[in-house]
Amino acid sequence: MTLLSFYRLLLRLYPASFRSEYGAEMAAIFAASTAAADGWASRVALALRAGADVFPNAIRAHADVLRQDVRFSLRGLSRAPGFTATAIAVAAIGIGATTAAYSLLDRVLLRPLPFPEPERLVRVWQDQSFRGYRELEVSPPNYRDYKSMSHSFESMGATMSFSLNLVDGSAPRRLDVEGMTSEIFGMLGSRPLLGRLFGEADDRAGAPGTLVLSHALWAERFGADPSVIGRGVRLDDEPYTIVGVMPAGFSFPSRRAEAWAPMRFTEDDFQERTNFSLHVYARLRRGVSLEAARAEMSGIAGRLERAYPKDNAKTGVTLTPLQGNVPPQSRQLLGALFGAAVAVLLIACTNLASLLLARGVARRSELAVRAALGAGRERLLRQLLTESLILAFAGGALGVALAAAATPLAARLVPASLPVGGTPGVDLRVLLFAAALTVLTGIAFGVVPALRACGPRSEGLREGARAGASRSAGRLRAAFVVAQVTASVALLVACGLLLRALWSLQRVDPGFRADGVLTLGTALPMPRYMKENVRDAFYDRVLTDVRAMPGVSAAGFISFVPMTMGGGIWPIAVNGKESEAEETRTASLRFATPGLFDALGVPLRAGRPITDADTLRSPNVAVVSESFGRQVWPGEDPIGKHFFFAFDERTIVGVVGDVRVRGLERRSEPQVYLPHRQMGDDRLPFFAPKSLVVRSAVAPATLLPALREIVSRADPQIPVSDVRLLSDIVREDTAPRRAQARALAAFALVALALAGIGIHGLLAFSVSEREREIGVRVVLGAQPGEILRMIVRHGVRLAAAGVVLGAAAAYGAGRAMAALLAGISPADPAAFGTAAAIAIATALVGSLLPARRAVRLDPVRAIRSE
Amino acid sequence: MDANAPPTPESLLPLPEAALHILMSLSDEDRHGYAVIQDVAARTHGEVRLSPGTLYRSIQRMLEQGLIEEKRERPAPEEDDERRRYYRITPLGTAVARAEARRLSELVRLAHASGFVPQKA
Repeated sequence: MTLLSFYRLLLRLYPASFRSEYGAEMAAIFAASTAAADGWASRVALALRAGADVFPNAIRAHADVLRQDVRFSLRGLSRAPGFTATAIAVAAIGIGATTAAYSLLDRVLLRPLPFPEPERLVRVWQDQSFRGYRELEVSPPNYRDYKSMSHSFESMGATMSFSLNLVDGSAPRRLDVEGMTSEIFGMLGSRPLLGRLFGEADDRAGAPGTLVLSHALWAERFGADPSVIGRGVRLDDEPYTIVGVMPAGFSFPSRRAEAWAPMRFTEDDFQERTNFSLHVYARLRRGVSLEAARAEMSGIAGRLERAYPKDNAKTGVTLTPLQGNVPPQSRQLLGALFGAAVAVLLIACTNLASLLLARGVARRSELAVRAALGAGRERLLRQLLTESLILAFAGGALGVALAAAATPLAARLVPASLPVGGTPGVDLRVLLFAAALTVLTGIAFGVVPALRACGPRSEGLREGARAGASRSAGRLRAAFVVAQVTASVALLVACGLLLRALWSLQRVDPGFRADGVLTLGTALPMPRYMKENVRDAFYDRVLTDVRAMPGVSAAGFISFVPMTMGGGIWPIAVNGKESEAEETRTASLRFATPGLFDALGVPLRAGRPITDADTLRSPNVAVVSESFGRQVWPGEDPIGKHFFFAFDERTIVGVVGDVRVRGLERRSEPQVYLPHRQMGDDRLPFFAPKSLVVRSAVAPATLLPALREIVSRADPQIPVSDVRLLSDIVREDTAPRRAQARALAAFALVALALAGIGIHGLLAFSVSEREREIGVRVVLGAQPGEILRMIVRHGVRLAAAGVVLGAAAAYGAGRAMAALLAGISPADPAAFGTAAAIAIATALVGSLLPARRAVRLDPVRAIRSE
Repeated sequence: MDANAPPTPESLLPLPEAALHILMSLSDEDRHGYAVIQDVAARTHGEVRLSPGTLYRSIQRMLEQGLIEEKRERPAPEEDDERRRYYRITPLGTAVARAEARRLSELVRLAHASGFVPQKA
């Protein structure tokens, strides 16, 4: 390469406008200086000098151009405030929606968990796929064996959730405490904000109780007092010492945990291999793959099955990575939300491009004049792109503010079961995403209009060119409108499907009558309430007083209010029926006092309910749900049948209706209710009835002060917690769905509004472009009705094309989110029909104003104006 | 392309050194770019050598600011080179150069008053 051609190459770094102006002269001057350079060294020096000259000056020349373009654009935009405000608002909606959806998606799916090397963290489950449970909690003896027999893990630990009563002088409070073995904090690489975490000494049975507080609890209950370390508190009558406080944002294993206490095992705990109670976590040894660990654990499971053929029959081990362990419903929901946001962004972009196209046509002559004055095509292109980027950045800034305002609302869409703290917010990652999105948006909506405006040849000055140019711009805008309708129809259908799913769930009979029922928790401090007679005295006092209250028609205690706790599932064994099928047969266990079924409104189908005569001295009895009888004794009367359940053989004395224990959306196991007085001392304290259910004819909330008084009279140490209307519990069961449907509906409405604006803008523009043609038609005898139909037909035709394309897209989207649809078909005709009708109606509304203008046109003036 | 009201000479101060050199070079004669480079080098006894990049970027800005203008009429054909553009100083350019010179001499006066007297070499 000669020096000169090297220099010419360097010159390409300058803006094209600068190069075309001065490039030749600069090259000539450089050529003159090469004449003096002979010899290798001086030529290299010359080349280096040229580089040192060109680089900084080229950058400055670009900056000059940019400065000029920005100044020019700002002036132009401030002269068209209506256009500018619309464009910024549209860009803000698109960028804001996408940013908000991304911050959610990032928080739940993409961002690594807030622990060092999170990819090495795994969850350990027992695998009993043969009865439908691939991910089952681990029993203590199996946990101990997994831990001692495996080599794949650096550490393994277990957690278990408790609810305990915190008593520390002020009013007692219910606390969600996570029991954990000492390995867990170390495995997570956690450091305390204050004090210390657990060590092995804390794990020993009989060691003094220690407690680590979450940041939120420390702030709320202890006023963020640093001297809290070493302070003693009582949890369920046991003394604990606060030894540490975690930093804000730490949560494990779920966002619910308010404090952590050591989990201690006694030898008794290791006796039961079928007590699936532990959440087990492990950290893979460095260099050990998940696959290798799975292989090792499946070998260990095989050895344990041979050692305990009955308890561990067909029991394997499932290892799932902690990272990305998001339930498919949440995953699909986030996908749907993000898809919806991208659809809104797409609509916003096409809308903006359409606006700019219209503006470009209007500015044709201005641009043509500038081109004629010597501004090259490249300069015009740069100028127009600068303008669209300025709009995008203004919209982006506003959009980020919108997203920041919206994310707290979206927080309830983050599953609470994940160890990600707090609500998603707008942070640096999200800002970077928004910035990239903004640039992309600016280029996406700016480039087509800019290319068109600077066309291969700007012919704007020639009058005849006008019609042709605007006609092809019109075609492009029509395509944009079709794309907008397509995206909004897809969103409308998706939203409709979610609403249909929500409504069909809300129609599901929960199995009880929720209206007029108040529920509240009265946690019984253990070990005092381990004794049956202590509990019975408490229930008796409370229920007698409650039933005496005016307006109260029924009251009773139960282990757990339906829909608040899905667990407590036990295997059923029926004498003489020990078969394969037995292993898959389970039922939910609840202890209850008399009056409970009336209070809940669960209908008695046969036999009798639980009574006060069912005690430890009378035969063991049970009331079961209808499906229990159907499954175990199909076609027979279950009354009087015997079965083995929760350590004892029981006789069925009554049959009640089935209750949706696990919520409206999930299949629930059959229910078994046992009399509370047949729960022996020191047995199953977890199941001791603690939830009071009160049915009343008066507004349930007005009963609350008296109810508190009654409980406090019976035992002042017992806090009243979880006061809720039963109807609220049912509502909350579908709350995530309502939030989902609302979020998607908001997106769909925005999309629809933007599409409507797009249709309106296109038609309004086309009417003003066709004024003359319309005038001629009127003069030639066209009736107003024909003109009206012509304009409206134009809009509706575009909308119809969008409806067809959108329906196809929606069907695909519906199939992808099947898990969210609760059995509604993704081809649901109601959802599709409604969406299509709404889209066409929007098109009609959008065409109305332009059509009216066309009809009212004064034909004489229209024809003359050219 | 900028339709702003013409700037006052003072609003363009201080002038970049290269711009002042170019104005000085154009003060007596219209020149093309290469001639400006050579003239500036000659005036400063070879001390200031404008690079092509600095020269033309300065020229572009000075054209926009209205300090210089491109000459329409070309020199006699035998002296002319197609590629060369000739520049001439505008009245604004003269005013700005004067203002800059005043600013600099005031600066030097202040430096004197502070005891910074240039040493005779």
